Amino acid sequence: MTDWCMVIDLEKCVACQGCSIACRFENNTPAVSPQESKNGRAIRWNDVFPLPLHIAPDQGEYPNVKTHYITRPCMHCKNAPCVKVCPVQATFTDEEGIVHQNYNRCIGCRFCTVACPYGVRYFNWFEPKWEETLAEYRNPDQLSVNGSLEGPAVRPTGVVEKCTYCVHRLVKAREQAKVEGRDFRPDEYVPACVQTCTGKARFFGDLDDPDSTVSQLSKSLRAIHLLEDSGAHPKTLYLAEG
Amino acid sequence: MQQTINLHDRDELIAPLYQFDRKFWTTLVVLIVIIAPGMLLYARQLVLGLGVTDLNRPVFWGAYLVNFIFLIGIAMAGTVISAVLQLLKVNWRRPITRIAESLTVFGLMTAGLQIIMDMGRPDRLVFTLLYGRLQAPLLWDIASLTLYLLTAIFALYLQLIPDIALLRDTSPASAPLWRKKLYSILSLGWTGAKEQWRRLEKAITVVSVFIIPIGISLHTVTSWLFSTTVQPGWKSTILGPYFVVGAIFSGIGLLFIATTFARQYNKHLKEYITESFYTNLGWIFIVMSAVWFYFTLNETLVVVTEQETLEFPVMASKLFGEFAPAFWGMIILMIAATWILVAPKFVSDKPTRNPLFQTATGLVATAISIVIFFLLWLRLPALAAPAIQSILIFAFIVLFIFALLGVTKWMKTRIITSTVIASAFVLFGMWLERWNILLPTLTHARLIPYTTYNPTITEIAVTISTFGILTLMFVVFYKFFPSISIWEVEEGRALEADSTH
Repeated sequence: MTDWCMVIDLEKCVACQGCSIACRFENNTPAVSPQESKNGRAIRWNDVFPLPLHIAPDQGEYPNVKTHYITRPCMHCKNAPCVKVCPVQATFTDEEGIVHQNYNRCIGCRFCTVACPYGVRYFNWFEPKWEETLAEYRNPDQLSVNGSLEGPAVRPTGVVEKCTYCVHRLVKAREQAKVEGRDFRPDEYVPACVQTCTGKARFFGDLDDPDSTVSQLSKSLRAIHLLEDSGAHPKTLYLAEG
Repeated sequence: MQQTINLHDRDELIAPLYQFDRKFWTTLVVLIVIIAPGMLLYARQLVLGLGVTDLNRPVFWGAYLVNFIFLIGIAMAGTVISAVLQLLKVNWRRPITRIAESLTVFGLMTAGLQIIMDMGRPDRLVFTLLYGRLQAPLLWDIASLTLYLLTAIFALYLQLIPDIALLRDTSPASAPLWRKKLYSILSLGWTGAKEQWRRLEKAITVVSVFIIPIGISLHTVTSWLFSTTVQPGWKSTILGPYFVVGAIFSGIGLLFIATTFARQYNKHLKEYITESFYTNLGWIFIVMSAVWFYFTLNETLVVVTEQETLEFPVMASKLFGEFAPAFWGMIILMIAATWILVAPKFVSDKPTRNPLFQTATGLVATAISIVIFFLLWLRLPALAAPAIQSILIFAFIVLFIFALLGVTKWMKTRIITSTVIASAFVLFGMWLERWNILLPTLTHARLIPYTTYNPTITEIAVTISTFGILTLMFVVFYKFFPSISIWEVEEGRALEADSTH
């Protein structure tokens, strides 16, 4: 069974936020006004932010400055806190290890957003809006099985959304292989952020295949997980700096 | 067989049910004026989305959830207290069981309302039944709330049956036909036969036994919403019992206020609900406050001493940070409430010339200490020097003690007024406690910058409107049913008469 995994090499990451923008256009996350963004309502499935977030007084002033940047997609935890608390199974882990979010099922209780230690989940406080012509360039892809609604589909007000490792691309790649009458290869599918990464710092693939790049990288001494003490068993791997 | 009633009871408890006088209509209009703005703003929230609140990322839950926990708490207490007193065969419970049980029902209804108001998609509420995951804590809460609500309604109704039958048989000729019909249907053919009494009492005992664990489970499960997550400040084993104790504590507070409100509304009730009720339940109130302080100390001291990197910032924000006014406000309110309850029991009745015990001293000290509290809260740069801060805090503590001592004599002679003041302090303090549990954790997320949360007009209006709805249900319900359990009081009198002969 395939076990999808992303590896991010922080040594190579230049914090250009290309992944964040690629994600926005691939997944139709709406931009919000600067005021709303200041209120903490911006939606960035793949966020880039400085670490440490909460700078101690003796670290913030020259020459005692030490800043790292980190880029953060969903961790697709093996023991996902968000999946455990969802009362209606609007979020669930599939057999390939991807944590899905079904907009047609979500009741907007925001328990998952509270439970996630990584803050990767976002809520639609208002109806999503696009400026003028931008709406015409939305990604038409969406994932809809038996009345569910996932992927880049435009979200209704009051539901939660999150990074899905661009799961619609996986479905598309599978369909393509089927049409062409051949077997699907795991390297036929990467999320938009991996495809766009300026510093080639992101890798994606099958963790179950011992020969895949991500498998090889996961054995690196630099390989770490974010907040390992959370007990969520996050899957997205980081290769630490230094 | 016709039900009989003591004529005195009929005049004072049943007659007012048919008097739709000016006082009633004024109360109704005032309540609707209080409720309306919140409902209009909620309608606006339904149309525009939850963005009209100040909720944000990471503060995904706010005032609505605080209200929810608070209301669940006051609701939990009513029936549990009534059931415990029932099983222990405590006699002074008789006049207050009805009010306690109805508070549970109304509290749970308004609590459920808060959850619906907090949902992004209230139209999908039914999904929790269609696709409910039994592994999810929220579903445990929904199940527990529904079960407790149904049991509480059942308990309330069981206690009501003999009184409804009384109403059916003793209603004045001028009573509207539909009310007579209503009582006749609801009384379920109660005639007061021996066998009916035997069954009723058995049923009440069974329900009382069952409702205690259900009630405790409800508030424990509500605490599990938080303590089963991995968020700092919440993942604690003490949260369950802490919530239950806080619930009973605040529930008694509301019970005092509701009973006094009913006494003020219908002056005749003063004969039934006497001062001894305030003294007796007051002792339970004091015990609960002691247990509450014990839990609060446990929760605070452990985190402060270990200074763990994730837990400590949350606690520090309560002790010294942006939540300090709410935290210390809560502590001060609770100390004051406990003092108001305890002090009169130990002070002599004799008048004294000691200036410390003069009401004027108390009032002056209270006024100055409130000014100092706000000065500390505002964190004026002019007063930021550590020495000035220390002096202010020291002055506050001294004046606070003066204030407590000063009002003691005054309280001694006014048990009911002082109990109501203490109850109001406890209710407000417990609301702040729920706030202090929920928000410091949410604003101190791990991978999201620290934020703040200031409720908008929508959340404030909806909160006010919620408490308005609670009062409205109380007022309307007691226009249809007597607020004193007549048959229980009658039974109490009979027992008393037996024991004196």
